[in-house]
Amino acid sequence: MSQPASAAAREPTDPPGSVVDFSTTWTATRPGELVLSSSPPGREVSTLKSRQKSMVLTRAIGLTLLLLLGMLSPSNAAEADLRAIIAKFATASNFSATEAVVRELVATGDTAVERPLGALAEGDLYVRKADSLVFIGKAAGGSVALLDPLSGEKSGDAAKSEITKIKVNNTLRRAIRDALGTLTLGAKDPAARIAAADTMFKTPDATNIEPLDAAIASETVGSVKALLEQARAASVMVSDRPEADKLAAVALIGGRGDRNALSLLTAVEANSEGAVKDAATAAIANINSTLALWDAGQNIWYGISLGSVLLLAAIGLAITFGVMGVINMAHGEMVMLGAYTTFVVQEVIRNSFPGLFDWSLVIALPLAFSVAALVGLVIERGVIRFLYGRPLETLLATWGVSLILQQAVRTIFGPTNQEVGNPSWMSGSFGIGQLAVTWNRLWILVFALGVFAVLLYVMKRTPWGLQMRAVTANRRMAASMGIRTPWVDALTFALGSGIAGIAGVALSQIDNVSPNLGRGYIIDSFMVVVFGGVGNLWGTLVGAFSLGIVNKFLEPYAGAVLGKIVVLVLIILFIQKRPRGLFALKGRSVEA
Amino acid sequence: MRGSFSTITKMLSAGAVTAGLLMSFPARAADDTIKVGILHSLSGTMAISETTLKDAMLMLIDEQNAKGGLLGKKLEAVVVDPASNWPLFAEKARELISKDKVAAVFGCWTSVSRKSVLPVFSELDNILFYPVQYEGEESERNVFYTGAAPNQQAIPAVDYLMSEDGGSVKRWVLEGTDYVYPRTTNKILEAYLKAKGVAAEDIMVNYTPFGFSDWQTEVSAIKKFGSAGKKTAVVSTVNGDANVPFYKELGNQGIKAEDIPVMAFSVGEEELAGLDTAPLVGHLAAWNYFQSIDTPENAKFIADWHKFIKNDKRTTNDPMEAHYVGFNMWVKAVEKAGTTDPDKVIDAVIGVSVPNLTGGYSTMMPNHHITKPVLIGEIQADGQFETVSQTPGLVMGDEWSDYLADSKDLISDWRAPLSCGNFNVATGKCGGKGTN
Repeated sequence: MSQPASAAAREPTDPPGSVVDFSTTWTATRPGELVLSSSPPGREVSTLKSRQKSMVLTRAIGLTLLLLLGMLSPSNAAEADLRAIIAKFATASNFSATEAVVRELVATGDTAVERPLGALAEGDLYVRKADSLVFIGKAAGGSVALLDPLSGEKSGDAAKSEITKIKVNNTLRRAIRDALGTLTLGAKDPAARIAAADTMFKTPDATNIEPLDAAIASETVGSVKALLEQARAASVMVSDRPEADKLAAVALIGGRGDRNALSLLTAVEANSEGAVKDAATAAIANINSTLALWDAGQNIWYGISLGSVLLLAAIGLAITFGVMGVINMAHGEMVMLGAYTTFVVQEVIRNSFPGLFDWSLVIALPLAFSVAALVGLVIERGVIRFLYGRPLETLLATWGVSLILQQAVRTIFGPTNQEVGNPSWMSGSFGIGQLAVTWNRLWILVFALGVFAVLLYVMKRTPWGLQMRAVTANRRMAASMGIRTPWVDALTFALGSGIAGIAGVALSQIDNVSPNLGRGYIIDSFMVVVFGGVGNLWGTLVGAFSLGIVNKFLEPYAGAVLGKIVVLVLIILFIQKRPRGLFALKGRSVEA
Repeated sequence: MRGSFSTITKMLSAGAVTAGLLMSFPARAADDTIKVGILHSLSGTMAISETTLKDAMLMLIDEQNAKGGLLGKKLEAVVVDPASNWPLFAEKARELISKDKVAAVFGCWTSVSRKSVLPVFSELDNILFYPVQYEGEESERNVFYTGAAPNQQAIPAVDYLMSEDGGSVKRWVLEGTDYVYPRTTNKILEAYLKAKGVAAEDIMVNYTPFGFSDWQTEVSAIKKFGSAGKKTAVVSTVNGDANVPFYKELGNQGIKAEDIPVMAFSVGEEELAGLDTAPLVGHLAAWNYFQSIDTPENAKFIADWHKFIKNDKRTTNDPMEAHYVGFNMWVKAVEKAGTTDPDKVIDAVIGVSVPNLTGGYSTMMPNHHITKPVLIGEIQADGQFETVSQTPGLVMGDEWSDYLADSKDLISDWRAPLSCGNFNVATGKCGGKGTN
């Protein structure tokens, strides 16, 4: 590694006592640890003149020791000190006063402050009105369970009216996060160390170098070590270290190659001069060219993801409109019914079986299919079967049905959005290089392709699919071969509706669950089916993905509004040229 | 294709008219009641927001009747459904005024619906109380604006973000839905930010269509814009349904409020009800009322609301408070004038002061806007807002923005002798034109 070894590691000669001489903040309270230390502080420390600087360094060294020794429980004296500081939260009347208390807590360098500070950041720190004592509160039913801020042990209950929450805002949360970053460097969990390294990378500070050096020295996991080294490099950039160190740091940060590195280097470029500035400029150019490539990759991924949503929304319509030729304006409402089924399933699970929440979507799938298929069946038997061969009437009637369904849902569930939660396996994102892939989008893609495959199998490989295709191709011939065409019609429509219903389960994860849900997808669905070629499932697949990708490539340049208009214009032009869409059906059915 | 589309439109409006007729209460020709019109969409896209306001109005009218009515008469609500259809708003307004002979109308949500009913109200000389925050650049004799003007929401919100408490933001993303309110508000904000010394390259403006649901590109653009080494914030005028997928994408892409806070002007308790807010803690909203406000008036209002709607989980929000204030102002003005005659009430309501729900008083100013406190709240894990900043006093609604070249010389004063909604102080003439 090119960066210089830490001061402490370079000259491990002085006895630990010299530190105690000029600082009693915390080293004095833990003499035992100093004696035990295998890496005593160096001479450079004891010769420093500035009191403030020495305090900082001492703290840093103290941290080092703590890191090396693991978490020792604080002695009683230290605990009393901490408690005295924590008690000050009760009298802090505004955010800056609270922040001052936070800083004081962090200045003790004691890892025990992690618990109260973490609770504060989460908004879980309370003051009991009766005696102004500070507690961590965990809501438990109607009352709040009070926990000791240091030990975390339960020390009673309180009604919500008996306690006041200590308010936090973003600035305070950030301050706490930065402070905890330093404190959690030595955590046992590698994820916590990664988070600490990340925080310290984003908030470089010259005083971070020492604890980072120690952490790097004791780090055993390679990937964490690299992150720690990058965090150290970030801090070197804002310190007064020699130019050579900084150049090495720029190289290290540049190697990271992500947006955070770019952000940091931009700031470095603006604030430095000479060789460092040039190195930063070069590194920025380098990162930008890599990121441009990743941006293209990102657009493709976003396009595929949008395509999968379009495919899901349109695939049911590919059956009802594509195969059966029914202009079904109530298709979007089937999607909505599926989403509402998911909501109802989740409500039941929340109230009765909270442990099953992660399975809620799996449970909702068959139910959503059944509900939507049943409604579809009723619509077909009740309305559409009287209107075969009269497209305009079908359009108006299904539009009417869609209004009825919307208003019915509005009356039953109310006009407001309903909350459908993401199961844990569909939350958050992971990175591939500089590409952030969100789990819900990935699962929706997998799901859309799965539904497509199943549908394709049903259509091409099952007797039912054969009957469906036969009825579509030539109704009278099919009927004379003994196929009960009315039932095939009804079941086909129910299948298309049911597929729309399970699309609703997936869409509830990324969109509003409101009575208007379906309205947003109806135009897009028709667009996909018409573009892909009516009556062809593969056309729907290709149509959905190509529209998605074109849309997402246009969006960064043209904006979302203009992008959509351009796509519509392109489709109009395309339909002029190829009225039957991408994959036109050939044969007798087309002429019929 | 063209034929079928116009048929769809006809079908739609026919359906909406029928629905509207069914909804409107039969008009009873009785002299012992005072009729109050409620013009909020109960179906269509805006029903999500407006239905709540209709219920809030019915509750307020019920309460007033329980207190003995007004001028010794009972109040009677006349509810119509304009079905989120802008031209239908004008038709329904005409029906309320000419046929049902209402004394005043409480209604509208979107600016386009308000613009659509304006000519009807001035022609038939009636009163509209408009309860939603809007873009300003308007002051009409027949309209009372009880929602926030830009200087009662947008400007203080930006000021907060610029302050040390708000994180000393240096770089701005103005993200909005593509229609009149976000466009005008962003125009005002851009001018304001530039006046505060923000460089043009530190401002990014982006618009998305109504009901937009695929936010991946926009959110990653925000991430990219935010990685330029300066503190960045998003000012969001994204409206209605599009907010839920927007916040979901923010949460999933891991944008934390500590890094890039989003300040929203159209996200209230109602919108958050459809979301798991745990990943959104710390994102901000600027309003003049939050349900979490701890005052006795608000506690009573919430309790009454839960009792009226028979659901403890229903939230209250800022436009509901605006109706609360507006309705009480109208009641007081009618009592002051001794009549419900709109002409007299329009004069009487100026200067009327009623308690608001945040522990102070709101007063109707001569420009037909009211005084309000401005609150900045952070989203909490329980879907409520926690106030993190509040203007020291009340802010008076400024209809003509001082930051737009077209409107900075305009003022509005509906008291005699000026009686003008767009008086140009530079030329000394009535009849100036604002930005839209």
